[in-house]
Amino acid sequence: MALSGMRGLSVFISDVRNCQNKDQERLRVDKELGNIRTRFKNEKGLTPYEKKKYVWKMLYIHMLGYDVDFGHMEAVSLISAPKYPEKQVGYIVTSCLLNENHDFLRLAINTVRNDIIGRNETFQCLALTMVGNIGGREFAESLAPDVQKLIISSSCRPLVRKKAALCLLRLYRKNPDVVNIDGWADRMAQLLDERDLGVLTSSMSLLVALVSNNHEAYWSSLPKCVKILERLARNQDIPQEYTYYGIPSPWLQVKTMRALQYFPTVEDPNTRRSLFEVLQRILMGTDVVKNVNKNNASHAVLFEALSLVMHLDAEKEMMSQCVALLGKFIAVREPNIRYLGLENMTRMLMVADVQDIIKRHQAQIITSLKDSDISIRRRALDLLYGMCDVSNAKDIVEELLQYLSSSDFAMREELSLKAAILAEKFAPDLSWYVDVILQLIDKAGDFISDDIWFRVVQFVTNNEDLQPYAAAKAREYIDKPAIHETMVKVSAYLLGEHGHLLARRPGCSPKEIFNAIHEKLPTVTMPTIPILLSTYAKILMHTQPPDLELQNQIWSIFHKFESCIDVEIQQRAVEYFALSSKGAALADVLAEMPKFPERQSSLIKKAEDIETDTAEQSAIKLRSQQQVSNALVVTDQRPVNGMTPDVPLTLVKVASTNSKEDLYPEDHISNGENGTVTEVDPQLPSADLLSDLLGPLAIEGPPDAVQSGQSSLSGLEGISDAVDSAAIVPIEGQINAVQPIGSIHERFHTLCFKDSGVLYEDPHIQIGVKAEWRAHQGRLVLFLGNKNTSPLVSVQALILPPSHLKMELSLVPETIPPRAQVQCPLEVVNLRPSRDVAVLDFSYSFGTSLVNIKLRLPAVLNKFLQPLSLSMEEFFPQWKSLSGPPLKLQEVVRGVRPLPLLEMANLFNNCRLMVCPGLDQNPNNLVASTTFYSESMHAMLCLVRIETDPADRTQLRMTVATGDPTLTFELKEFIKEQLVDIPVMSSVPAMAPASSLPINPVSLSNDPGAILAGLL
Amino acid sequence: MIHFVLLISRQGKVRLTKWYSPYSQKERSKVIRELSGLVLTRGPKLCNFVEWREFKVVYKRYASLYFCMCIDQDDNELEILEIIHHFVEILDRYFGSVCELDLIFNFHKAYYILDEILIAGELQESSKKTVARLIAAQDSLVEAAKEQASSISNIIAQATK
Repeated sequence: MALSGMRGLSVFISDVRNCQNKDQERLRVDKELGNIRTRFKNEKGLTPYEKKKYVWKMLYIHMLGYDVDFGHMEAVSLISAPKYPEKQVGYIVTSCLLNENHDFLRLAINTVRNDIIGRNETFQCLALTMVGNIGGREFAESLAPDVQKLIISSSCRPLVRKKAALCLLRLYRKNPDVVNIDGWADRMAQLLDERDLGVLTSSMSLLVALVSNNHEAYWSSLPKCVKILERLARNQDIPQEYTYYGIPSPWLQVKTMRALQYFPTVEDPNTRRSLFEVLQRILMGTDVVKNVNKNNASHAVLFEALSLVMHLDAEKEMMSQCVALLGKFIAVREPNIRYLGLENMTRMLMVADVQDIIKRHQAQIITSLKDSDISIRRRALDLLYGMCDVSNAKDIVEELLQYLSSSDFAMREELSLKAAILAEKFAPDLSWYVDVILQLIDKAGDFISDDIWFRVVQFVTNNEDLQPYAAAKAREYIDKPAIHETMVKVSAYLLGEHGHLLARRPGCSPKEIFNAIHEKLPTVTMPTIPILLSTYAKILMHTQPPDLELQNQIWSIFHKFESCIDVEIQQRAVEYFALSSKGAALADVLAEMPKFPERQSSLIKKAEDIETDTAEQSAIKLRSQQQVSNALVVTDQRPVNGMTPDVPLTLVKVASTNSKEDLYPEDHISNGENGTVTEVDPQLPSADLLSDLLGPLAIEGPPDAVQSGQSSLSGLEGISDAVDSAAIVPIEGQINAVQPIGSIHERFHTLCFKDSGVLYEDPHIQIGVKAEWRAHQGRLVLFLGNKNTSPLVSVQALILPPSHLKMELSLVPETIPPRAQVQCPLEVVNLRPSRDVAVLDFSYSFGTSLVNIKLRLPAVLNKFLQPLSLSMEEFFPQWKSLSGPPLKLQEVVRGVRPLPLLEMANLFNNCRLMVCPGLDQNPNNLVASTTFYSESMHAMLCLVRIETDPADRTQLRMTVATGDPTLTFELKEFIKEQLVDIPVMSSVPAMAPASSLPINPVSLSNDPGAILAGLL
Repeated sequence: MIHFVLLISRQGKVRLTKWYSPYSQKERSKVIRELSGLVLTRGPKLCNFVEWREFKVVYKRYASLYFCMCIDQDDNELEILEIIHHFVEILDRYFGSVCELDLIFNFHKAYYILDEILIAGELQESSKKTVARLIAAQDSLVEAAKEQASSISNIIAQATK
């Protein structure tokens, strides 16, 4: 079909096509542009037909990529032509050539408006299309009311109405402040009754734009959306022309489900039920078929349904269906589906409870990391990054490192940044972290920002234990030929600071280290030289007794750089030279770097900022924002109460961090970790992270406790710690303006020993608890009392149970009437011994404020104990039969709250550990017995012996014996927690809560606890 | 939303561009250069999505032509992929087994048709029949105007004889 009538244009296109090369083409185009320019200059002689032809030529030239900087006026002026053919060309060419910011468009506003309000339907369509495609702010100001009128006018035919709807969508999306949409909620709902599916498709897009800004106003549209979706999914009354490969308008289905995702929930039970029926049908009924287009269309619908299900946080069963589907998708060969499977699985990570299932697919995801398609590799990388936590960090990071060497350049930067962040966030131990970063620098030095190597230096400086290791690693790397300059920097720095720690190792004499580093000097650029000079000065300082030969060598280097053109290098050379001849002063000036102040990782901060920037309003994203990272803030302990605890690494670090959080809750928040929410949740990595820092502690625990299959078990210690600290830092860090009455922590503590009382109180609500415990089962009743004279609305209570408790909360009403009290029974079954704590996530609205609180529930370990009194004849055979770890564990506990023996006995009895007087001959000792009930082991006898030191009441030795290793460990830790009460610890803030005898033989000799043990 | 539509030939020649987000002339050329490099080099068995800047580009190759649409990160990719196909089917129906040459010499028709399918970067009409009807109506309007013009010019021509 030739371009009827416009021969000139066809000829021009042919000419351009026949050009042999780019130069010829440019010549031909320039000639044409010159021609058009002269024709436009004497416009009078142009017929409408000619004008039209030239304007098309301009568009064609523009499309070829040439600058067309004239003639815009002519294109715009065609819009006001009286006849359809010219007008049409004017509108189309204008909307292609110009963008919304172009000045000429202003000239056309009046004509456009006349066309829109005029009677000519075809003109209306042309005008609406152009405004919909390039309409800017001025169009919104002057045309929006007219377009709105048109949409709701009853005389407007579908072909105009659908254009008007999209035109309004554009004006509103670009300038929501200009377009007045008061009262549009009802009109929108009316528009959704439209029978014409073309109009409905456009209207649905408009609805999406409107609800994305303010869903509150459009509740009335929600049931209609569900109706439309039902009608489509069941293929009821859908004209043939609106089915696409047999699927009733997949686009409208997708749009409708998109609109639904902007509403936080679907409250009406009937609507909810219908919606879930439809979703279920889509999830189950989508099969893979041969026809590509049908497949794509049905999967477009399916993936949108998945998003909606995730958003609605549907019933567990449906969620696991989704995960199962995604698991299937990420394993298929078809690349589109696999790509989308990976992408949606990453989104799915934001929904709680599925992480563990997703982890099962780790191997499959790693395969996709090596796919030939970069799009898929990117998705796989993102997913691996998102699913990483302490349990799999090692595997994933090592996989990323391995892949780094073979990955394409486009991805290396992202890859190395992600690996660095993960290594820092989830390092099981710091030496591994150092390993990873050094490997990263080695493999992808070009992509390692300074932030990354500064951070590793910070860690090493602040952790003495790490220094010899890091220095040794640096020594290894500096020996390699052709290492990256960043590696020279970091190795030289580490060796200068800590190289002397290696002195006795082979190849690590000052001279040898110096030579190894100095070999790199000729290969480095200016900015690295000052670092090397500092390193030399430090090596010189550490060489005792001085090595004259080395000294002369280094001095001659300083001397050489004294006249360097670079000021920094020159200054250092001069200063170091002068200093090194001063002898003693050198040692002071070049003393080891002081520890760095604790700070958040700049890397992680950057990553978070990016995430927040791009986040949108959809609920899943909001949720993801709340998952604040728990970056490793190990560095050093800040002096607490003026004391600088100088104590061995890992163990104490956490203890002091905790106490600090307790003492300075505001400080904790201002650190940028507004993570009270995060920390309470036992599923989250922060807790695991702490537990892993506590690594050595696990040694004294029963070995199979770690391997018993629940990943959460390995996080025992950390979780309870995290929960402890979080309770002190209630919710002020968040949005809540409502202050609790009384201390949440104290109330919880009291309830741990009592079965009824108040769990939480603020000006609006009081939450009371009453509990009954029988063997391994319990029944808690929550009393929710509204203190106000108006109702409390949007009440929601969610139980976050730890893995060892089965909990079922009966329905909590959404509204609590004024001055009324509601009772909500909660059934508890104890499966295993564990000190993890269940959390009640409670929220309600009062007036404009939404209050959300996280409360620990007093369903703690001792509630499942039944005191048992034993005679001497019963006690000792049992005590003897349980010999040694892991069934019997002994530990010296320091930092104990000094208590008279009688009070300690009371404490034990309160914990349902029955003190048996007279069993131990020593009056300073206590022996107690009890029975522990759980579903997995029914009744289990527990025996405890405490030996106190009358000379020092802050320490004691504790022995715990039961028939189950996990139970022994848990019970021992539990008792320890009761004895070493953190709030009272403010006087001894940074004391180590515990250190165990068997693993700490070195400390025996000078440790008072050890002396005590020896005495006994 | 769709930010722009691009039709690029395998040799990198642009056959159609439509911008729903404001890009200056300079940016447009840059985008086209970047995307040609990104899309044309991709092998045949890879997925139809490319991540580009903070967007995604959904593309599909039909014979010698690549149809590309640029969308937001969280838009539904498969839906867009089928909008492309929907567009192609309508072109095919209009031209009768469409080929690249049709689109070169009748590029203005392709613009008309696209305007009936997309407005503001959103799908306007999913019925092929309706789109075909509207395009036919436009064509006949143009034809009618031409006939009228020629008849008038005939009259004038005769009158001035």
